[in-house]
Amino acid sequence: MTSLSLTPGRLIRLSILGFGALVFLAPYIFMVSTAGKAQSDIFTSSLSLVPQQWFYVQNFAKALSRVSMGTLLMNGVIVCALILVIQVVIAIPCAYAMAKLKFRAARAMMVLVMLGLLVPIHATALPLYVAFDRVGALNSYVALVAPFTISVFGIFLFLQFFRAMPDDLIHAARLDGMSEPGIIARVIVPNAWPAITAFSIFSVVAHWNDLYWPLIVVANQAYATPPLGLLYFRAAEAGDDYGALMAATLIITFPLVAAFLFAQKRFVEGITMTGLKG
Amino acid sequence: MADLATSATGFAGTVSRAVTPEQREARVAWLLAAPALLLVLVFIILPVIAVIGLGFTDFELGYADFRFVGLENYAELLGDRTFQRSLWNTAVYAGIVTPVSIFMALGLAMLIEAEGIGRSFFRTAYFLPVASLLVAMATVWQYLFHPTIGPINAMLATFGVPGPNWLGASSTVLYSLSIIGVWQSVGFNLVLFLAGLTAISRELYAAAEVDGAKSAWDRFRLVTWPMLGPTTLFVTTISIINAVKVFETVKTLTEGGPNKASEVLLFTIYQEGFVYLRVGYASAMTVVFLAILVVLMFLQYRVQDRQVHYS
Repeated sequence: MTSLSLTPGRLIRLSILGFGALVFLAPYIFMVSTAGKAQSDIFTSSLSLVPQQWFYVQNFAKALSRVSMGTLLMNGVIVCALILVIQVVIAIPCAYAMAKLKFRAARAMMVLVMLGLLVPIHATALPLYVAFDRVGALNSYVALVAPFTISVFGIFLFLQFFRAMPDDLIHAARLDGMSEPGIIARVIVPNAWPAITAFSIFSVVAHWNDLYWPLIVVANQAYATPPLGLLYFRAAEAGDDYGALMAATLIITFPLVAAFLFAQKRFVEGITMTGLKG
Repeated sequence: MADLATSATGFAGTVSRAVTPEQREARVAWLLAAPALLLVLVFIILPVIAVIGLGFTDFELGYADFRFVGLENYAELLGDRTFQRSLWNTAVYAGIVTPVSIFMALGLAMLIEAEGIGRSFFRTAYFLPVASLLVAMATVWQYLFHPTIGPINAMLATFGVPGPNWLGASSTVLYSLSIIGVWQSVGFNLVLFLAGLTAISRELYAAAEVDGAKSAWDRFRLVTWPMLGPTTLFVTTISIINAVKVFETVKTLTEGGPNKASEVLLFTIYQEGFVYLRVGYASAMTVVFLAILVVLMFLQYRVQDRQVHYS
């Protein structure tokens, strides 16, 4: 496995992986390339990756002038951070209780979690919208965050992770006189970072990406999240000005991609860490 | 957390002589689960009950009055060609995206797992679409798919193949959206499969080899596939749900068109409920949407129950 000789099998394997990676990365390559092309360039030579005239400055200026990118990105960060923190704080104690404590409702709660996994925001959006409308909470961070404070996916993920944790660890902590919440804070959470990191990535990606709910509860740019803002930009940008569109796309995609590339290390550590998972 | 700690220990302290350790444990468990249960009630259970209830009404946003209409909404759904079109399109989309993204992810995960070099590069490359803003990347795909200036058709033209009008023709729009769907979801499944593969003990492969599993296929069939059972179950469930929930790309790129050829369930519900504001009718559609998810989940378990091996 670690030998570096190129057997035919290995060559095939590497070419499949390499070709696949190229296909998967192609949209990014074209995004970066097209963001720097002038309109005439885009219409004449779509296959050449290097712009004939460098139009980055003009395209980025156009992208930044139409929609307030700073506000969009800030809204995205605020909403995702609030959602994530509340989700983790709520889900971990619940998952711990279900995984490691004996109580009668655990089975019923498992059913609830499995059913909850089936109920996306799209199913609850209508009554929630009516309710938020009635209390005048539309167009606010509260409206954007509140429905996502509970993540049954989070409970499910942590539950699986906690189940794999050795009971001895918890028994030892109990013998030391720790309370259950103390065990969560000082034994479970420090050992659950891989799961928390993985969940954080899934949660942030999901809510940074979510268009449905913001589209429903937000009607002005002040509270628009990045996907919604990009829709506004597309609406304002008539026709096929792909240069400016790609520049806007690049600006709005960059933060999460950068964050992912940065967190990737910890993410990989988390899932490959065998210590407590086996 | 601190509040919970003091209340839990304080509570247990006063009655510890009267209750058994089992009862005490159950009580702490309830307290720990209470916030989650409350939020599940407020944001999942009650809204689901409400949506089922609203489905029997002619409630419209902006009108104060509404009346119960029984099954009228459901009767209307039966004759609603847009809704039927949308159901069919969603089924086709999910039927393409789910299996393709699962098997592609499994294959790639095994190739990456077996490969010595470039592991983290490949993992990053395939996972990148998951971490990218879908509305933004859909815009990029719109450019890639552009019939005249798009790179895909330009590339096809160099081979002398006339490229289709990917997102603009009713015969291809659903497949084009499926390509974006697969591209977007493979990385997620891949990472889960990689985690599952890493968890499989090397000794199992060695043991299988001792027992006569010589070929790679035998090792896959006897060790990898059974050991990945729980992962596959999870990945399949999540993939189907995500495919049935397709919305972002449709809203951004096609608005259900051309000629309703990409009208999918959530887009139809969105239009009906939040654009035309017919909440009652859209609620009935939502109930159908939920019923589909429940049936899928149920089938899923029935089918996979036998082949999942919990280690």
